[in-house]
Amino acid sequence: MSVTLIFLAVIAAIIVWWLSGQRLASKPWLETGSVQLPDHHGTDQQQPPVPAVKIGLFVFLGVVGALFSLAVSAYFMRMASTDWWGTPVPRLLWVNTAALALSSVALQWARREAGHGHMESLRPVLAAAFALALFFLVGQVQAWRELTAAGYVLADNPANSFFYMLTGLHGLHILGGLAVLAHTTVRAFASDVQPDRLRLSIDLSAIYSHFMLAVWLLLFALFAGWANDFFDLCRTLLT
Amino acid sequence: MVEIPSGSAGAIPSAEVEDVELYHPKSWWTKYVFSQDAKIIAVQYSLTAIAIGLVALVLSWLMRLQLAFPGYFAFIDADHYYQFITMHGMIMVIYLLTALFLGGFGNYLIPLMVGARDMVFPYANMLSYWIYLLAVLILAAGFFAPGGPTGAGWTLYPPQAVLSGTPGGKDWGILLMLSSLIVFIIGFTMGGLNYVVTVLQGRARGMTLMRMPLTVWGIFTATVMALLAFPALFVACVMMLFDRLLGTSFFMPAIVEMGEQLQHGGGSPILFQHLFWFFGHPEVYIVALPAFGIVSDLISTHARKNIFGYRMMVWAIVVIGALSFIVWAHHMYVSGMNPAFGFFFATTTLIIAVPTAIKVYNWVLTLWRGDIHLTLPMLFALAFIVTFVNGGLTGLFLGNVVVDVPLSDTMFVVAHFHMVMGVAPILVIFGAICHWYPKVTGRMLNETLGQIHFWTTFLGTYAIFFPMHYLGLLGVPRRYFEMGETAFVPPSAHTLNIFITVMALIVGAAQMVFLFNLVWSLFRGREAGGNPWRATTLEWQTPQTPPAHGNWGKELPVVYRWAYDYSVPGAAEDFIPQTAPADGGITREVPA
Repeated sequence: MSVTLIFLAVIAAIIVWWLSGQRLASKPWLETGSVQLPDHHGTDQQQPPVPAVKIGLFVFLGVVGALFSLAVSAYFMRMASTDWWGTPVPRLLWVNTAALALSSVALQWARREAGHGHMESLRPVLAAAFALALFFLVGQVQAWRELTAAGYVLADNPANSFFYMLTGLHGLHILGGLAVLAHTTVRAFASDVQPDRLRLSIDLSAIYSHFMLAVWLLLFALFAGWANDFFDLCRTLLT
Repeated sequence: MVEIPSGSAGAIPSAEVEDVELYHPKSWWTKYVFSQDAKIIAVQYSLTAIAIGLVALVLSWLMRLQLAFPGYFAFIDADHYYQFITMHGMIMVIYLLTALFLGGFGNYLIPLMVGARDMVFPYANMLSYWIYLLAVLILAAGFFAPGGPTGAGWTLYPPQAVLSGTPGGKDWGILLMLSSLIVFIIGFTMGGLNYVVTVLQGRARGMTLMRMPLTVWGIFTATVMALLAFPALFVACVMMLFDRLLGTSFFMPAIVEMGEQLQHGGGSPILFQHLFWFFGHPEVYIVALPAFGIVSDLISTHARKNIFGYRMMVWAIVVIGALSFIVWAHHMYVSGMNPAFGFFFATTTLIIAVPTAIKVYNWVLTLWRGDIHLTLPMLFALAFIVTFVNGGLTGLFLGNVVVDVPLSDTMFVVAHFHMVMGVAPILVIFGAICHWYPKVTGRMLNETLGQIHFWTTFLGTYAIFFPMHYLGLLGVPRRYFEMGETAFVPPSAHTLNIFITVMALIVGAAQMVFLFNLVWSLFRGREAGGNPWRATTLEWQTPQTPPAHGNWGKELPVVYRWAYDYSVPGAAEDFIPQTAPADGGITREVPA
C-alpha cells in the first residue's frame, strides 16, 4: 500500500496547505462583523475567482488519482508472488503514447490560443487533439488484440490480468474525456458560442488530458518494468 | 468587541441579487421526481435509504429468530442465514448510513447552512440520486435472483465469496452485490463532488470556514474521506468481478472446490482485505463524522449554550479524518500479517481515541450549566453520547492485538460494532430528523409518539447489545448459524439469546411508531413556524418554511457571526442568528 500512502501524503499536503490559509486558529466567538470570503487566489481583486467547475475537476482528479494509486498498489502487492511473469510491452504502445502526448500538446496549444482570444484558429487544433486521443484509444484496443493473438490472454498470468485491467480502466477514463472533448469541439465550431464558456471548456479539457497523460506515463513505466527497477534501486539505497 | 480587519462592521451593502443559473422546474415531474433541487433530492435519498433500511431491519429479526429458536423456523436454513447476515450488514452500513448522512442530510443541510441557493452542480446531483436508486435496485434484485443474494458476509472475503459453497457464490448473488457497489460508488462520487465544491465555493458572504456549523464541517470532511476511500472498494469490486467472471487470479489462490482443481492460482486473499479495509475503516468515520457534527449542533441549540471549544472541535474532526486512513489493518490482526504491523496499527488506533475523547469532553462541557431542554433531538443527542462512549470503550479492547485475537470471532465484536456504528449513528439520525423535520415539512413531530419511540429504542438497544458483550466473553462465536452442543457455552447463554431476540423484535416494532409519527405529523402536526428551536444557523432564517426553490428569496444572506451565539450576555434574546448585524444593540465583553 506504499504507493497509496505516498499519494495520500500528497493529498494531505495539499489539504494542509489550503487549510493553513483558512484562519483555522481564529476565534470566531470573538469576531463579529462581515468578513469577505477568504479568497483562495491571493489578495489581488483583479483576478476573477476560480470557477466552481474547475475546483470540481481538481477534486475529481483527486478521486481518479486515488483509484489508480490503489490499483497500482495492488499491482505491486500481487507482483510479490511467485507466479508472476512480466507481460511484454507491444511496440504499438510507444506510438500510442506519442499520440496521447501530442493530443495533450494540442490541447495546451488550443488553451493558449483561447487565452489570446483567437477563437477561429483554435478549431483545427481542437479537432486534432480529439483525433489523436481517439487514435490512442483505437491503438490501445489494437495492442490488446496483438497481445491476445500472441497468446498473452487475460487469465493466464496476473501480470496480463493487471495489464488488461489497468489499460481498460485508463481507457474508460480517456473515453469519458473524449465525450467531453467532442462536445467542446462541436461547440467551438458553432457560431453562437460565448468565448468565455468555450475558454473554460478548453481549459478543463486540457487539465484533464494532461492528468490522464501523466497517469498513462506512470502505467507505461510500470508495464515496461522501469518502475520496478526504480523500486529496487530505492530499496538498495535504503538498506 | 473585536473587529475583523478586513471587514467593515454594520452597514455593508446587502448581497447583490444574483441571477444564479438554477434550473427552474417546468412540470410536476421535474419539480418532484427528476428534481434538481437539493432539498427534494435530499428527501428522495432519505426515503430510499429508510425503505431499504427497513428491509435490513426485517433481516435482523430473522437472524435473531434463528439464534434464539434454532431449528424452529423451517424456512431459515444455513444458506439463508448467511444471506441475511450479508445483506443486513451491507445495506445498513452503505445503503442506509452512508446514503442517509451524506446524500440525505448533506444535500438538505449543506446549501441551507452555508447560505447557497443550491448545490453547485444540480444536474450531477440529480444523477447521483438516480444512480443510487439504481444501485439499491440492483442490490434488492439479489433477493429475487436464482440462488438468492450473496451470503459471503458483509466483508465479501475471497476466496469463499466466489465459490460454490457460499450462497450466491456461483450464482447471481455476488455479481449483483459487486455491481451494485460499483454503481453506488459512481453515483456517490457525483454527489460527493457537489458537497465538497459547494462548501468550497458556495458559501454566503461572511461565512468563513470557522463560522460554519459543525454539521457542515462533519459532512464536508466525511465527504472528502469518502471520495478518497471509496475508490479502494471500487478497485476491489472490479478485481473480484474479474476473478469471478473472467477467471483471473487477483485474489484467488490455487484451490480445490468439490474435489475439482480450479483454474485459479497464486492470488492473494489478503490483498482483498487490504483494499477492503482501506475503504472499510474510513467508512466508520464517514458515518461517524457527520454524526459528530450534527450532535454538536443539537446539543448547543437545545442546551442554549455555545459549543465548548469550537476550534478544538474543528481540529478534532480534521485530525480524525486524517488518522482514519492509517488504521485499516486493525481489522486484520487475525489475518496472519507481520506482528510489527499489528503493533503499528494498534498504536495509530489508540491515538485516534485522543481527538475523539476531546469531542466527547467538549459535548459534556457544553451541557455543563446549560439551559438544557429535554426535547426529542436533545434526548437522542444525549443518548448518542452515552452509547458512543460505551462503544468506544470496547474499541480500546479490540484495538489491542493481544485482546483482539481471542475476541475477534466472538459476539463481543458484534456488540462493539453495533454500539459504536449501529446504534450511535442511528440515534443521531433520529435526533436530526426530529430537529429538522419542522424545517422540511413546516410541522412539528408529535411529542408523545416521539417519547415512546425514543425510550423504547434507547433502552431496548442496550438490552440487545449489552448482553452480547457477555456472550462474547463466554466465547460464543459470531456468524454461526447454530451453536449445537458446545462445552464452554452454558445453557444460560441460550436463555440470554432468547431475551435478546425478544428485545430486538420490540425495538424493531418501535420503529413503526417513528414512521407513523413521520406520516401523521406531516398532516396533523402542530405548525412549526420558521424557527421553532430558536436556533442561530442559517437554515432557520429562510424567508419561507419549507424553504422555496432557491432557498433565500431575492437576496442571499450575509453572515456576521459564528453559529453558536446562544445566551450571549446583554442580548435581548437567548440566541442571535448568524445573519444579525454586528451592531444589533449588543455589547459583549472580551474575556481578559
